[in-house]
Amino acid sequence: MSNLNFTFPQKAKTFTYVLMGIGLVSIIAAFIFDKPAVADEHYHHTRAWANILINSFFFMAIGLAAAFFLGLQYAAESGWSTTVKRVIEAVAWFLPWGLSLMMLMFLLGQFGIHHLYAFFDKDLMMHDAKLQAKMGYFGWFWWLRTILYMVGWVYFTYKLRKNSLDADSATDNSLHWKNVKLGAWFMVLFAVTSSTSSWDWLMSIDIHWFSTLFGWYVFSGMWISAIISMILITVYLKKLGYLEFVTESTVHDLGKWMFAISFLWTYLYFSQFMLYWYADIPEEIIYFQQRWENYKPLMWTVFFINFACPMIMLMSRDSKRNFWFLTFVGFVIFVGHYLDIVMMVMPGTVGNHWTGLSWMEVGPFLGFLGLFIHVVFTNLSKRPLMVKNHPFLNESLHHSI
Amino acid sequence: MAATINKKIIHGIYDDEVPLLEACNKLKTAGIKIADVFTPFPIHGIDPIIGVPRTRLAICAFIYGLTGLGLATLMMWYMMVSDWPTDVGGKPNWAYYFNIPAFIPISFESTVFCAGHGMALTYLLRCMLVPGAKAKNPDPRTTNDKFMIYLELNDEQATKADGILRAAGASEVNYKGTITETLAY
Repeated sequence: MSNLNFTFPQKAKTFTYVLMGIGLVSIIAAFIFDKPAVADEHYHHTRAWANILINSFFFMAIGLAAAFFLGLQYAAESGWSTTVKRVIEAVAWFLPWGLSLMMLMFLLGQFGIHHLYAFFDKDLMMHDAKLQAKMGYFGWFWWLRTILYMVGWVYFTYKLRKNSLDADSATDNSLHWKNVKLGAWFMVLFAVTSSTSSWDWLMSIDIHWFSTLFGWYVFSGMWISAIISMILITVYLKKLGYLEFVTESTVHDLGKWMFAISFLWTYLYFSQFMLYWYADIPEEIIYFQQRWENYKPLMWTVFFINFACPMIMLMSRDSKRNFWFLTFVGFVIFVGHYLDIVMMVMPGTVGNHWTGLSWMEVGPFLGFLGLFIHVVFTNLSKRPLMVKNHPFLNESLHHSI
Repeated sequence: MAATINKKIIHGIYDDEVPLLEACNKLKTAGIKIADVFTPFPIHGIDPIIGVPRTRLAICAFIYGLTGLGLATLMMWYMMVSDWPTDVGGKPNWAYYFNIPAFIPISFESTVFCAGHGMALTYLLRCMLVPGAKAKNPDPRTTNDKFMIYLELNDEQATKADGILRAAGASEVNYKGTITETLAY
């Protein structure tokens, strides 16, 4: 058996520090140099704050979706993914970091340091008849929900990972069956909270607007990003000489997930758009009007990267078994889904002060990416790369499609 | 001028797919042509060993899908734009491209419908699985728990194949008569 103890290569470690440095410098620079396109007294470093929120959410969501995927593998009692289970676990444990960053943003919002969320501003809420009616949903009730999501998700992720590690030294499969139950309950919790959390944390930026489909749309996006992270890490580790027990077919299956969920995302994105476009009700269509007027190139870019790219490039079987190609497409779609979150946050915060993508987006993204890679690889190095005593391990080792 | 050659029909029966795969590999190495393999379920990775070419069904699916897309577009254009333009929800249909979001769901459904049905029908016709078709399975036990290699070989090769089949762990090797093949010059 090969080397199961991953060590974080020094070169890669230095690389993540460089990325984090770039991020930090560009965030500070954004606070200094970011000025509104036209004079506006309500503009307080909005773009810099919005970028921090976008990246916090994007990478937190990757951890969350990986935790969901981990629970799903248990609940579905699937065998194919057993060899990459430790990769899924490592990505999932970015969740506490991501949630801490989100919590920091919420606290700063509550204390009026930034103004991304209108509902933290009581005066503003009271002067709007529509928002007065929504007061009960925000305020303390919003905080209760937020804390509930965070505690619930971290509890399940922690338990799933702990049981998985403990099972390595166990003599029977009881911990595995415990995880199956845990995974199933997590699916129930996640089904509700993935939707409501995206309403509370992203949809509430456009405070007048609402869409019941929004939660699934956000969820499908985070799911792809998480799968891509897993693929890229698996391919990278294989290149370093680890994980040679992960068959080509397992990576192929991950590629299929990337392909399939891209269509789930497209389906939901288009469904949301088409219904609002067709009904054309002023209070609903405003969401797309803002995007159409100030963000049209980005809107089309996001749609085509995330829909056409996977459709054309990942349809054939060979493309999903070619690691180089899979990595390339993965990178492209990963950036595409980051831009998707940009499209959710920017129009409601920066609005018509938007001047197009610039270093203010690229810098923080690289910084958070560095943090993400650093945390995930540190997680990976802390436990063996292969599970032991897993009832489906043998099936996964011989996985062939 | 024509010459005839007598070939033996051999059924190599196995209880499991692993020895069957091993036997297939060895037969291939020995240069013996495998006529067919009958198994209760699909065996992954057997296609290149027994020389089954890659399916072209995907190409058919693409063509059927395009046909479906074209038909749907033609239908909707004729109904909604050409023949009787209607104002639906404040969206007058004076040009097809103008209301494209409204036409996408039907285009999608028609594409999937035609690709799916076209593929199924092509598959059934290509395999001659039409109503009333006779089962071509030479040994019905292969639909239950047996795995079979089907060979048509001349005497010299048959002796060689018999040894390989048994060495790989065949539970039975059955001879089912001969067929006469005409070789044309």
